[in-house]
Formats: sequence, C-alpha cells, structure tokens
Amino acid sequence: MERQLYTILRNEPVAARTWRLELASDDPSFVAGGEFVQVALDGFYLRRPFSICERSKGRIVLIYKVVGEGTAALSGLRPGARLDVLTGLGRGFDPDACSSSALLVGGGVGAPPLLPLCRELVARGKRVSVVLGFNSASEIILESEFRALTPDVTMATVDGSAGLKGFVTDAISAVKPTFDYFYTCGPLVMMRRVCDMLKTGGEVCLEERMGCGAGYCAGCSIQTRQGVRRVCKDGPVFKKEDILW
Amino acid sequence: MVNDLSVTLCGLHLRNPVIPASGTFGFGVELSDCFDLNRLGGISLKGTTREARYGNPTPRIAEAPAGMLNAVGLENPGIDVLVREKAPALRKCYGGCIIANISGFSLEEYAECCAKASDCPEIDLIEVNVSCPNVHAGGMTFGTDPHSAAAVTRAVKAVCRKPVFIKLSPNVTDIVAIARACEDAGADGLTLVNTFLGMRIDIRRRQPVLANKTGGFSGPAIFPIALRMVWQVAHACSIPVMGCGGVATARDVVEMMMAGATAVEVGAENLRNPLACPEILDALPELMDELNINRLQDIIGTV
Repeated sequence: MERQLYTILRNEPVAARTWRLELASDDPSFVAGGEFVQVALDGFYLRRPFSICERSKGRIVLIYKVVGEGTAALSGLRPGARLDVLTGLGRGFDPDACSSSALLVGGGVGAPPLLPLCRELVARGKRVSVVLGFNSASEIILESEFRALTPDVTMATVDGSAGLKGFVTDAISAVKPTFDYFYTCGPLVMMRRVCDMLKTGGEVCLEERMGCGAGYCAGCSIQTRQGVRRVCKDGPVFKKEDILW
Repeated sequence: MVNDLSVTLCGLHLRNPVIPASGTFGFGVELSDCFDLNRLGGISLKGTTREARYGNPTPRIAEAPAGMLNAVGLENPGIDVLVREKAPALRKCYGGCIIANISGFSLEEYAECCAKASDCPEIDLIEVNVSCPNVHAGGMTFGTDPHSAAAVTRAVKAVCRKPVFIKLSPNVTDIVAIARACEDAGADGLTLVNTFLGMRIDIRRRQPVLANKTGGFSGPAIFPIALRMVWQVAHACSIPVMGCGGVATARDVVEMMMAGATAVEVGAENLRNPLACPEILDALPELMDELNINRLQDIIGTV
C-alpha cells in the first residue's frame, strides 16, 4: 500500500451515469485485474474504492458509475486536479487458474476489472470468451476494448436495446461458449446465478462497503468456506467454491 | 530547540503520546509495510474476546459529515490467538508499548482474557473495553453504569499484574461518575472515549445503512465532545487518562493533553489515512516550537 498524489488527465462520461477517469500514474504495484485504489475526495470522510481498468506506462484508468454524492463530486473534477490515492490494494484474478480457455462474465460497471485480466489471458496464449451484460444500450462500456483483444465477445441488455435481450446467463445459454475456467464481476445476484449455472471452477470479484481498504479495520469482512476473510485484503477476488451466498 | 515528546504512562516510558486506537489499526503488523511502526508511542490492538468472533454482517461501515460509523461487532480471533500469535508477531517489528484491548460478555470472561493478556510477555498494558456499542449483550452495558464498571474493574485488577486502563463509553449521562467508580475500584488509568451510538438511513431503500442498524460514530465531529469529557474526568480523577475521539491533527493532540490526557489515541483518522499517526508526529515538533513547548508532558492538564 502506498499513498500517492495523482494528476487527473481526463475525466469524461462514457455511458449513462458512467465516467472514465484517467490518472497520471506510474503505479508499479498493479499486477492483476481486481486490484483497486482508494480515492480521497474533498468533503467526504471515507475514501472510495475503484477497481483498476487499465494500466499502461504513465497512467491508470478507472471507470465508475455515479451512484451517490461522492461519485457525483468525483465526476465534477477537471483535468489538472490532483487526487489523493492509496494504491497497491487487493488481490486480483489469477490468470494461471485457467488452463487453456476462459469465460469472462461482466455486469455493468463490473466489467472494468475484467479488461486487464482479458489482456493478461490473451498475452499468455489463452482463448477468451467474453459475455457482458448491461441494463440497456446507453450503459454499455468497454465493448470495443474487449473486441480489440478477442473476437469472441457477446453483449446482452436486459431491455434488448443492444445485443441479445436478457441477462448474461441467457446470453451464455444462447452462445454456449467453451471454457475450462470462468471469471466474473458484477452485481452479487448476477455472480451468484453465473456460479450456479457454470459447472467449471471460477473466480468472483466482490464489492463491499469499506473502511480502510487495506485490511486493518475489519469493515468489510465476510464469512467464507475458508473462514472470515477481508474483501479488501484477502479479496476482492475469491474462488467460486469459497463464497457463502 | 530539541523537542521532548516522551511521556510516562503508569511507569511505562513512551517515546511519544501518539497511539493508534483499538479497532483502527488491526494487530499492527498489517501496517508494518506502510511506515516504521517504531515511530508510535504505543499501539492498541483490535478488541479481543475469549472466543473468536465474526461480528456483525456487512455493511459494517457508513459515512457521515466529518466522520463515520462502524458496526464491526468485535470481530477477532480470540484471546489465545492474540497472546500466542498476534502480540509476538507485532513485537518482532515493534519495540514500543503494546496494548491489548479486551472485551467480554461476563465478568468471568473479562477476568479470564485479561489474565491471559497480563501473562503475555509481549503485552505491556491492558485496556478493558466496557464500551462497545455494537454487541447486543455485554459490551457497552458494563460501561454505562458505575456499579457494573466498578465490578469489571475489580474482576480484572484481581488477576492482572500489568497496568489496567478502562475504556469508557461516552453514551452516558455522567461520565465522571463512571470514571470515579473505576478509579475507586482500582483502575490504573482510563481511556476515553469510545464511539457515540449513531445511525444512517439509506433513503432509497428506506433501510438503515448498517446491517446492525446502529453503529459507533467517530471522526473529527466528535472531537469537541471527547475533549470535554477528557477534561472533566482528568480534573475529577487522579489516575492517568488516554484521550481518544476524533483526533486528526497535532493540534488535536496538544488540546487533548492540555485537557488532561497523558497519551492520545488516534482512531477513525487511520481509516481514511494510514499515515495519519506519522503525519501527526511529523507536525508535532514544529507546533511545539510555535507554542514554546519544550517537553510535551509539561502541558498535561494545564487547562
């Protein structure tokens, strides 16, 4: 964990109530999708956790949805502003858990941490199928970024305004991807249905209200089959079989 | 000017009065890669009970203007793991004052846990939590009545060879009466205050934000109330006080000490800034120079 001051390079809407934040950063600690940063915002006591969507030389990208006063304030910050950020947080997806072909299932703003994972899997020569679900076409994010990495991308919307109509589970039933391991991030109910439906091993990326974000306040502890685990430090990625839904 | 930040607490030499408060700093080692823990005067460990506890369901954390609420509910691995693993692990990277924070649901549990903590060579001081607002039996009920607080104090003092501080709840009508009862029952010192019982509501779901419904409110918003209680108790009692509640800056540390605190615990601020304590310690010497304070302990109780 390190505390850094990052300059905002861009902060722009990319879909309905969804923003893309690009920070000037040389964060060398980031290794896997699912890892996150804690962002301090003026006027708000606690930091906000956001998963890292992209890291390339000199910058990191976060994608966030405006869901409350804190994220609304974040969306009002302009390029050039400095953000107080804690980095090096969380334990991300394990690309080695997949032997040759992976299925990535993302829902809404759960898609961003799957992008660096997709990049890593492709770089290791693994075949990757992606299924992304959104409420409607207006909320779709990262479609072109995933398509740039793999030809096998299926989009689904609940209202049918883009891609297949229905939930990600409906899309998986329709396209029948082949894979030996899956990774998912999105609403809890979606991840539960995905885990119930898919018979292979897999990993889920959880979300929880956090205090410190670094494993010392017990604010986000959950019970798992492995005992009590901190979402921020032991996760946010957990193996499917360890989750007590 | 060479600043002397050291204080003496029940005969223990502390290099400075700054101590992360229980529950906001894990068992210490979690922060060992963040800064040199040896800068800290002491470390108060996560509240510990006889048996391991999961605590309350999530959400356990809510935000408020100038503060936060928690309803962790005493998640901890149990006293045996504390004395066998946690305290020795911290001692390997920390030479200062290690404080065990003990909670319980009966006098017997308090006594048993404090006896084990007292026998643990790595533990220097015992802080007895009679003020946790987030458990539904025990916890705060022992700290909201002078007779119960005195009974806990007597039970643990009978089995402890190390200094015992009773950590008091602010959720009372007359904190001085409870402080005096603890002093009369043999407490070596007092820590005050724990969190204030509070609540937030999610107006869209029309439900409390916290799964536990209510939680303990902490952060800068409570500082003036905590300071007032420290001042009242420090003037009414002759045992040392550790001041706690909303401390976020070097100035807050000086205020707490002028009000009568011998040491000062930093709580919620650690959650928003893991470097809160070292940053306070960086700022203290300059503030002491500005105020013509040579020895920090000279200001204790001067207001």
